Amino acid sequence: MIENKWKQDFPQLNGDFYYFDSAATSLKPEIVINSVNYYNRELSSNINRGMYDKSQKATELYEESRKTIAKFINAKNDEIIFTRGTTASLNFVASAYGLTNLTADDEILTSELEHHSSVLPWINVASKTKAKLKYIELEKPGKITIEAFKKAITNKTKVVAINYVSNVMGYIVPIKEIVEIAHKHNAIVIVDGAQAVQHIPVDVKALDVDFFAFSGHKMLGPTGIGVLYGKQELLEKIKPIEFGGDMTIDVEKNSFGWKVSPTKFEAGTMPIAGAIGLKTAVDYLTNIGIDKVSEYTKDLYNYFLNQVEMIKGLIIYNPNSDANIFTFNLENVPSHDAISFFAEKNIALRAGQHCAKLIHDYLNINASLRGTIYIYNTYEEIDFLVETIKEAIDYFKKLGF
Amino acid sequence: MSNLDNLYREIIMEHYKNPRNHGLVDNENYKSNRIKNPSCGDDITVQTLIEDNKVKDIKQEATGCSISVASASVLTEIMKGKTVEDAKRIADAYLNMVTNKEYDQSIDLEEASVFSGVKKFPARIKCASIAWVAFKDTLE
Repeated sequence: MIENKWKQDFPQLNGDFYYFDSAATSLKPEIVINSVNYYNRELSSNINRGMYDKSQKATELYEESRKTIAKFINAKNDEIIFTRGTTASLNFVASAYGLTNLTADDEILTSELEHHSSVLPWINVASKTKAKLKYIELEKPGKITIEAFKKAITNKTKVVAINYVSNVMGYIVPIKEIVEIAHKHNAIVIVDGAQAVQHIPVDVKALDVDFFAFSGHKMLGPTGIGVLYGKQELLEKIKPIEFGGDMTIDVEKNSFGWKVSPTKFEAGTMPIAGAIGLKTAVDYLTNIGIDKVSEYTKDLYNYFLNQVEMIKGLIIYNPNSDANIFTFNLENVPSHDAISFFAEKNIALRAGQHCAKLIHDYLNINASLRGTIYIYNTYEEIDFLVETIKEAIDYFKKLGF
Repeated sequence: MSNLDNLYREIIMEHYKNPRNHGLVDNENYKSNRIKNPSCGDDITVQTLIEDNKVKDIKQEATGCSISVASASVLTEIMKGKTVEDAKRIADAYLNMVTNKEYDQSIDLEEASVFSGVKKFPARIKCASIAWVAFKDTLE
């Protein structure tokens, strides 16, 4: 067993608390908390406009964050737009690109694996533009394959909106191959990377994706800050949908112009503390190495899987998940009944549909429990979780479920 | 008794396994109300027939956890025969009880008092409330 070197960096894990809800949001290491506090305590001032030292320093840190994130996913600095999170990033692309570029002759391709933030914006675009929304047929137990994708794409496909890693199944989608095929059909690919960046190295240039979205708070950063990567030539063509401070040049009574990307997409005061905190989170992860993160959590996940595979009364819907996400139910026990048992033991899991109803329909279940293993989890915690799963099964069976 | 044992009382399990007044009717004299909770998958419909200012009949169909299914079942048993005013008073008292707010303890909640354990589980208040909130709307 490997000792966990990182758990001590997370002040929330200072007692009897077992956190397995990292796919919902991750815990924050002390240094991220400190860097958010540093801005709030020492540097509070607006960026880009204050002609004094603190504002200059805050602007510098904000832009350094952009650079750090660009490097993290191998993008150019100006291709990184700060947003409120993945949801805001994906909605922006649907509104700014989808609503203006699609017509009734076009098709949008997506999947039942999507988080609501990756599919609902396109349901909206489809209903407004009359473009046709199509779903890639999934392979059991709930995967997107190249073969299925090839069958679904046509010369009418203009947009592919797809996840890199599903927040319910945790399987890696073959994005690189999908992008290659999509581009041959002149379609652009928008990737929901919210469950990917914290688990696997991401290189947007190698993947050749057109847009890539992720959130700060699922990768050890603060809430309220997220990222949209967009290819420079696409960002140049897209018009902003929010207008206000800092994005403009030359304002007249009846007209105005705007700056270039990314400033033209960052109207108003941005979450400055969030951006600064996110830089620290990315630095923290980079120092460990995403490969190391993946290696450690994979070992832990396999250790968990080996122990639970034979448990009678436990249904796991996504064996061999690529992102240490385990989605399950206790046989005959609604997930909201089961979750209370875990909550009483201070085990944090998620119950419900995890903002992904369509995959639950596909699995033909109403709801599920979901756990995720991340760098602050330990072998001892897994042991406790496994014991509690067994206890829960017995408890509910005795009650008559 | 642990908080959990206090939540999963025998009566609740009995109603969960044998829900009363289950199954909807196709009758426009019944006022119907459906509430879905998209975060957990609960889907509950309550149908109420009011005659002479009384709850003459009540039907329910509930999919969800044991607490939401059982609370819909208990609701239908208690409310049948009550005047609209009494039904509203009881529903308000019940909803205040499960949310751990003050309520008029002189109101007899009958079997529904077994749901008092819910107040120790703030995450489950919605489960216990959903059918009762749906029912209250059918009285308006």
